Amino acid sequence: MENLLYIALFAPLVSSLFAALFAQSQKNLLVGIVASLLIGVSFVASATLLLELAQNPKAIHANLMDWIVVGDMDVRFGFTVDQVTAVMMTVVTLVSTVVHIYSNYYMEHDRSYNRFFSYLSAFVFSMMVLVMSDNFLGLFIGWEGVGVCSWLLVGFWYHKKDETRDVNPSISPSWAANEAFIMNRIADLGLLVGIFMIYWNLGTLRYEEVFAHLDQLSHGLMVAIGIALFIGAMGKSAQFPLHTWLADAMEGPTPVSALIHAATMVTAGVYLVIRANPLYSTIPEVGYGIAVLGTFVAIFAASMALVNRDLKRVIAYSTLSQLGYMFAAAGLGAYWVALFHLAAHAFFKALLFLGAGNVMHAMHDELDMFKMGGLKKEMGKTFLYMGLASLALSGIYPLAGFFSKDTILEVAFNEHTYGIWFVLWLTAGMTAFYSFRQVFLVFLGDERYKKYGIHPHEAYNWVFIALAPLAILAVIFGFWKEEFMHFATQMLPVYEMSEHTHHMVWILIIVTTAIAVSGILLAYFKYAKGLKRDPKVENSFAYRLLSNQYYIPILYENAVSKPYADLSNIAWQAIDMKVVDATVDGIAKTIEKGGDVSRQAQDGNLSSYLKWLTAGLILVTLIAVASVAIK
Amino acid sequence: METIAFYIFAILITGLFLVTVMSKNILYSMSALAAGMVLISGLFFILGADFLGAVQLVVYSGAVMALYAFGMMFFDATRNVKEKNSSGTLVFLLSGLSAVVLVAIFAAPSIGANIKPLVTGAKGLDNPHVIGEVLFTKYLIPFEVAAVMLLVAMIAGIILASKKMDKSLSEVYIDTLPEEELKEQK
Amino acid sequence: MTLTLTHYLVLSAILFAIGIAGVVRRKNLLMLFFATEIMLNAANIAFAAISAYIGDLSGQLFALFIIAIAASEVAVGLGLLILIYKKYGTLDLDKFTVMKG
Repeated sequence: MENLLYIALFAPLVSSLFAALFAQSQKNLLVGIVASLLIGVSFVASATLLLELAQNPKAIHANLMDWIVVGDMDVRFGFTVDQVTAVMMTVVTLVSTVVHIYSNYYMEHDRSYNRFFSYLSAFVFSMMVLVMSDNFLGLFIGWEGVGVCSWLLVGFWYHKKDETRDVNPSISPSWAANEAFIMNRIADLGLLVGIFMIYWNLGTLRYEEVFAHLDQLSHGLMVAIGIALFIGAMGKSAQFPLHTWLADAMEGPTPVSALIHAATMVTAGVYLVIRANPLYSTIPEVGYGIAVLGTFVAIFAASMALVNRDLKRVIAYSTLSQLGYMFAAAGLGAYWVALFHLAAHAFFKALLFLGAGNVMHAMHDELDMFKMGGLKKEMGKTFLYMGLASLALSGIYPLAGFFSKDTILEVAFNEHTYGIWFVLWLTAGMTAFYSFRQVFLVFLGDERYKKYGIHPHEAYNWVFIALAPLAILAVIFGFWKEEFMHFATQMLPVYEMSEHTHHMVWILIIVTTAIAVSGILLAYFKYAKGLKRDPKVENSFAYRLLSNQYYIPILYENAVSKPYADLSNIAWQAIDMKVVDATVDGIAKTIEKGGDVSRQAQDGNLSSYLKWLTAGLILVTLIAVASVAIK
Repeated sequence: METIAFYIFAILITGLFLVTVMSKNILYSMSALAAGMVLISGLFFILGADFLGAVQLVVYSGAVMALYAFGMMFFDATRNVKEKNSSGTLVFLLSGLSAVVLVAIFAAPSIGANIKPLVTGAKGLDNPHVIGEVLFTKYLIPFEVAAVMLLVAMIAGIILASKKMDKSLSEVYIDTLPEEELKEQK
Repeated sequence: MTLTLTHYLVLSAILFAIGIAGVVRRKNLLMLFFATEIMLNAANIAFAAISAYIGDLSGQLFALFIIAIAASEVAVGLGLLILIYKKYGTLDLDKFTVMKG
């Protein structure tokens, strides 16, 4: 079993290093194939571990080596595979495998093809470290690792020039990469503080030991730790107010968006909350706060998705919104539901993104949906896949999204937090609307792209075969809800619905499905027949507010970035140049002048040296006498 | 009796060494130094260190001073080095201060208050015997090392001094002089 | 008035100071050697005196070794002096300022 664990963990690393060997050379198809195969191996190992765990529910531990053993501190490179980890591993490696294979198509003509695979595999490795580590420090390493890989991949096309916000809301890939990285750093400080507090008070970082000794902590301390850890989670999972980087991260190649910024990395925050469930279970008020924030982000992001014209940004906002759902579920204590939605979302969101990648390729990297339309004729298979994924996202029976999202709504209802339920319910409608607005704008209606002289073409057939696992899972994953619950609750707390909810469950399902269907119908009537733009609506305050992301990026720039830049300028000009540098220069000048003066003593005359020697002798003797006398 | 002898010796040695240090003529200096050395051996005899006194006479007054005397023959003793004494006050200050400090330290009563003898040697023997006994037991290795050192020094002295032995010193010196000085000398 | 160790030590100190004065004052390299000999002898007197008054033979033996070292020093030092004289034609310290910084 341990061997399987190591295979699952290190196959991506081997893949990354292998690809890195060719980083500077011409495109080499071998790299893509080997990388895909190795990630596939990792997936097989992970899936085997998952099945093994399903039969024999005993967590597998492995201790790779001692890492930091100093005094009382004993941190090991320890790994553990329990139910939560196994689910995460399988989801991550499955999506990664598909994305790796897909990248062979998507990055076909990119001159940095090999480099791309190196980064992508490195990301998978970091993510595996993140989910498999049995202590907080290992998690942090993985956490930072995925951050770095995200930075590398968002800024993959670093050579693109900066543009204004009107032309490109994300300015440029390198700008977006830095934004993502810096925003994550801010949040990571929270995570780090949380880890420090845990170590400070419990003297250990291993999950098992930490959660076994939680009762030693005072309530206030636990709240502080819970909040600190959640701040870390907020950064990685792009929760408000640290959400702006995710939409800008869409500057990266689409497979990256699918893998990192939809299916896996951004769910790390949710994973952290799920992993720390014993902690959050004891501080329900923080959990409730998380749920409220998640709910807010769900509707907040969905509202921005309603009007956006950028194909990938719509999906990015949808990701944000779905992360909000996950946090809502986790915050309300239904950890396995959050994990379930995480897995289901990974499948259909990755599918959606990769479908969008096909469209982008067909449209020659055009992302404006208003310039598309009627692509169904040319791209039937992509339409099918994206339609399926959107149906799943909207929560239509019997697709995966229905089961997971509906359960979250039931949880919200069951907790008597009707406000949360209502907002999430409303968001479900909005989700359905914007998902299908996107599908209809792209695939139905008049063929607007012809004006721009674009000749769309469908992707290769093997691409669709590679995507099939995601499509199949997006359809059937929901039917495994019962099995999943049994499996996950071996590790996570069981969540019981009350009698009352049981009675209401059909009504809830009908109500939820109703709003989802009406969202789809609204989208159909509005967009399926062709795009009719209404300048009055587009110039309205609400529309502009939404399409400008509530002006939050501009606010951040003016309220945070600019003052900070000014402050840095002052610090540079006034403090660094005039105080620090001046001090250093002063010391150097003093020494130089002192050397110039004392150089006279170095006259090469033995006689004067002897005089100095004698003077020194007298001085030393006097000091010796004085020290004896004082004693 | 000893006290008188000590004072006589002390005054003479001090005087002779002062002459050594102060004299302009290097031959006077050397003669005074040799005489001082001889008198120091007298001090050793007063102290009962007969062997040391003998060695002082033989090695210092004999060998070392003879070496200096022969060494002097290489130099043009008549050509006095014109010494520019940069500042007499500084010299006076430095040497005076060191004298005061050293005397003050040595005259302080605390020095040597609780020193215990470690190597006393056998009782009832005269000084050279005891010295020999200790030298060839406890100090055998330093003694051998000193012997090797002397050998090395001898070889070094021979090698260093014998360079360009075939030429007379003034010849060698004139070869290295620049043209104008050469004319001047002639 | 009996003779004490202090007498010898003070004499030794005075002789040492004379040596220092010579070292500091003279510019003739040969004179420096003489002054060094004076200082070494001053140390020898102190050693012999302490040896006698404490009753420990080590002092005398140290003096003996110092004499050996002084002899070697003279041998090597004179050899070097001769070389210097051959090279520069003088023993004046003020002429040797090649190490001027």
